[in-house]
Order: sequence, then C-alpha cells, then structure tokens
Amino acid sequence: MYLSHKHIKQLYGIANHLREDVITMLEKAGSGHSAGSLGMADIFAGLYFGVLNHNPKKPLWSDRDRVVLSNGHICPVQYAALARAGYFPLKELETLRDFKSRLQGHPHRESLPGIETTSGPLGSGLSQGIGIALAGRMDHKKYQTYVILSDGEHDEGQTWEAVLLAGKLKLNSLTAIIDRNNIQIDGFTEDVLPLGSLHEKYEAFGWHVIDVDGHNIEDFINATYEAKAVYEKPTAIIAHTIPGKGVSFMERSYAWHGAPPSKEQARAALRELRTLGGKIRGENE
Amino acid sequence: MLHISQNLSHDIFSKSVPTAALRDGYGEGLLEAGQNSQVVVLTADVEESTRTHTFHTLYPDRFIEMGVSEQNMASVAAGLAVSGKIPYINAYAVFSPGRNWEQIRTTIAYNNANVKIAGHHAGISTGADGATHQAIEDVALMRAMPNMMVLTPCDAIEARKMTVQAALINKPIYIRLQREKTPILTTKETPCTIGKSEVFWMPKSKKYSVVLFAMGPMVYQALLAARELEKLSIAAVVVRVGTIKPFDEKTTIEWLKKAGAAVTIEDHTIYGGLGSVVSEVAARSCPTPIEMVGVADVFGQSGTAHQLYKAYHLEVDDIVRAAKKAIKRV
Repeated sequence: MYLSHKHIKQLYGIANHLREDVITMLEKAGSGHSAGSLGMADIFAGLYFGVLNHNPKKPLWSDRDRVVLSNGHICPVQYAALARAGYFPLKELETLRDFKSRLQGHPHRESLPGIETTSGPLGSGLSQGIGIALAGRMDHKKYQTYVILSDGEHDEGQTWEAVLLAGKLKLNSLTAIIDRNNIQIDGFTEDVLPLGSLHEKYEAFGWHVIDVDGHNIEDFINATYEAKAVYEKPTAIIAHTIPGKGVSFMERSYAWHGAPPSKEQARAALRELRTLGGKIRGENE
Repeated sequence: MLHISQNLSHDIFSKSVPTAALRDGYGEGLLEAGQNSQVVVLTADVEESTRTHTFHTLYPDRFIEMGVSEQNMASVAAGLAVSGKIPYINAYAVFSPGRNWEQIRTTIAYNNANVKIAGHHAGISTGADGATHQAIEDVALMRAMPNMMVLTPCDAIEARKMTVQAALINKPIYIRLQREKTPILTTKETPCTIGKSEVFWMPKSKKYSVVLFAMGPMVYQALLAARELEKLSIAAVVVRVGTIKPFDEKTTIEWLKKAGAAVTIEDHTIYGGLGSVVSEVAARSCPTPIEMVGVADVFGQSGTAHQLYKAYHLEVDDIVRAAKKAIKRV
C-alpha cells in the first residue's frame, strides 16, 4: 500500500487527536498512565489508520489483523484509536475506569469490541500473540498479529520465554512493536534493570529487528511492510519514543508514567496540543 | 456394599485389583478428544511423563513442544483458544498451575479462554521426587479462580472420560492427575457426569452413621474404610467427588443430612481442597461434624506413596479413626 503525502499528514492529525483524547480521559478518570499513552500515539495512529486490515463494524471478522496490547496500562491510547476507528462511540471514552464501563482500567477481552486479549499484568502479551499467530498458521489464515510491548516489561522472564519460542517457530506472521521509551515506574530502564541493546538481544533469539523513530509515522509504516516481507522470522520493530510526547511538561519524565494530569495541567496540555505547541492558533482562542 | 447402579469394577477388593495411572487414562482420552481437529496439545518438556507422546505421533501438526516454560505455555494456549483452538496444556501440577498461576488467572480464566490445564503428578503420592514436586495446593489454587472448573478423576477410566468430556465444554478446566498406578474402580458403564458426585458405597444398614467424601484415587481408600466400618457395624456411605467446581451441593447436602457426620479424604492440603468445599456447604446449609483426612499443612518428603500415606495419615486406619471421631461429635 502506497501512502500519499496527504494521508501521512492526516495520520499526524489523528495522532494529535489521540493525545487530546488521552489527556481528557485521564483527567476525568483521575488515575491512569499518561506518559506511555502519549508516547505511542503516533504508532497507534499509523497502526489503526495506515496498517491494519480490519473492519471496525465486524470486530470478529476471522481474517482481521490482530492487535495485542501487552502493556495494557497504556490502553487509553488504544481505546481512543478504537473509538476513532469506529469500534464504539467516541462519547464512551469519557467512561474510562468508571464503574460498569466497558473501558476497564486495563483491557478486558470480553468487555469491549476490538480488544483481542486481556492484559495489564506485564509479560503475557507476546505469548498470547504467539498463540493467535500460531492458530492462524494452523488454519492457513493470512492475518498478521501485532503485539505492542513496553521496554519495561522485558524485565519479566515470560517475555523472554516467548521471544525464544517465536524464534523457534519462525513465526513470520508475528510482529512485535516495542515502545522503547527508556522509562518505567521506578525510574529509567537502564537504572532499574538495564536492558542494554534490545536490538542485539532479539537478533540473537532469531528475530528480524528494525529500529524506527516512533514519532515518524511513515518510517513505522514502512517497517511494518518490511516485517510482512520477511519470511521465516518474526519481526521486532523497536520504536524509539519520547514518553509524554506532545505535552512539554510531561516529556521524558518517568514521574508521568503512572500519573494523570490535574484539571489545570490538562487544560495546559490541551492548549499545547491544540495549537501544535503554539505554532497555530487554537480554535477556542 | 458397592452401589449397584454405579457398575463399579468387581475386582476392587481382590488382592490383585488391576491398576493403571490416571495419566495413562488421560493420554488415551487425548487421542479420543484429538479426533476434533481443533484440539491442540502443549507440553513443557515433559512429553513422555505426561503421556502426550502418542498424540504427538498421531497429530504432529497439533503438538507444540514449549520447552521448560510453563508461564509462556499458559498464555500461548490462551492465544490459541481465543482463536478457536482447544488447547490442553501439560506439566507437573507444582509448575502448572503452581508457577504459572497468574498467567492462568489473567489470560485463561479472566479471558474465559477454552484451555484445559492438566496438572500432572499431583499429590504427595508423587513420592520419590520429594516435596518440591508434590503439588498439594493445586485444587485450592484453581478453585479460588472465577470461571475455572476443577475435575478430580478417581481412576484411569474416569480420567479418560473426563479428558474427552472437557473438550466439549467451552470453558477453562483444570484436570488433576496423579503419577502412580492406582486401582481401577470404575468401568466403562459407571456414570461420569461433570458436576455430579456419585455414591459408590451404600451400607447394608439404612441407619447411616457417617458419609465419606473422597476425591481422586483416595476414593479407593474410602471404599476400603467403608468396608472396615461395616465390620464394626458402622454404616458409612462413600461419595466420590469427581468435580470440585462446580460442586454438587445437592448430593452433598443430601448425605450430610442423612448421615449427620462426615469425613473428607484427599491427597491434598486440608486447606482449600475437598475438606474446605464440603465444610463451606455444611456451614451454609446444614452444619455437621466433619473430620478431614488430608495433608495437614506440612510439606511432604521423598519416599514411596505407601510410606508417605502412612507417615502423613492418609491410610484406611486414619479414615476409620476419623469416622469414629466425627460420629462421636454428633
């Protein structure tokens, strides 16, 4: 699929909307994870609006590409992407983390259309993605399985069990997208439990590895094409992102990993997002 | 005497009672279940000892060797199940559901994924490997989990039947299996309905004094105990509990009321297993004196199953003593 300049520009617009949604949802919920949700907005815009073969009106269509969000705590950005893609009404985003809401604090498979697996407890998404990809291979399906992981969850032993197995099975229909933002709850990843080169580690486990700037949507989409073209190996796309991207006072700070903005902070964040960092006039100014 | 309508084996009380391991029955059940092409089998580097090797030979495309990775196995199975497969995962019960409990909770139970978890080498009877390999908490672990069903077959034939039936139920299911050969109690014709407890021994006298609830191969010990009690003119009923969850409360309450005293018998810790589930029902519906024969909050050790049952008070004499004690408390 060739993406026109116009389409790429639209994707950046969608990413910005996703960030606005994230800020609004988290402020209203009063809890949740800001930094990772904002940092992955460009990837989610690229994935749901430029890459996936899916039909939001038929969320259980058997040939759909699958998305597994392993680091379930950044679900606000996935919920926003699902709503904007048409899986459920945009208005429902306001109910994040509310009693009886379909938008659970961490994603639950049976609650919301578009959620393929339950996640939140870190380290189990890649394994579930392997199961989904393997079932597709057994049934001669053509769908691609995308698993989104955080860098922090590579502390979990289970992640590496899964990395080993996908290499052994040569699961070429599996693409891992790793949010390499270098933060986790207690600090920088290289201080908490140094991960070193994920690129070399994945390669050593038999994967094809591509590094991309996680805020360059075109590069990310091209990487997914490359992943589909690689036979006999699963692919890891290491997306280097800036946590809190788009909201200057949140960027690069691990303090925002698990915190929501206050009313004041949300107002400031939305002003920044709606004026593209002061480059244009916001619609309400 | 043995309850006639159950069509139990006639050889139960002979010295040369035929034996077979639950895992062998399970392996045969897998072959039968495997006729459904959606059934897939995963093992964590214990193919032969979990009796999955024959399935592997017959259906190589539906067999997945995971290596020693029980956590990964549980979640890969969940992914397969949400994509329409019926995975059976295999490891020793101390590791699955022991080590991978949270993966089972989140990705199988909360996902409501159609995965069958075979917990092999459960119980203190696992023997020589020692306490590290003797799962005595697995039923408690699985019973506490919403959405999960828990099956405890009493012999190889029942293990086979339950393995086949599990594939037909679209829910997460735990099946508890044991390593050692144990007496064959049932026949092809013995009723085996998931969710239903059955009376295996009905005393000659209808003046019931005590009901013995037994789980797994301990049903055999319960039958021997009932026979001993009969010699002492104590009318004991034996109820075989093959499903711990959903638990057959109706049959349990019926016999608690009729007998007025009860003993629970399990190769499992008395905390959270059969003793607990019967006590919960009794406390809610018909308070009854209950004695528990089981592992009393201690770890096991190396030894033969026979030596360990003696040392940890899981023998026929222990059941007889417990029955007398329960009756005395009425």
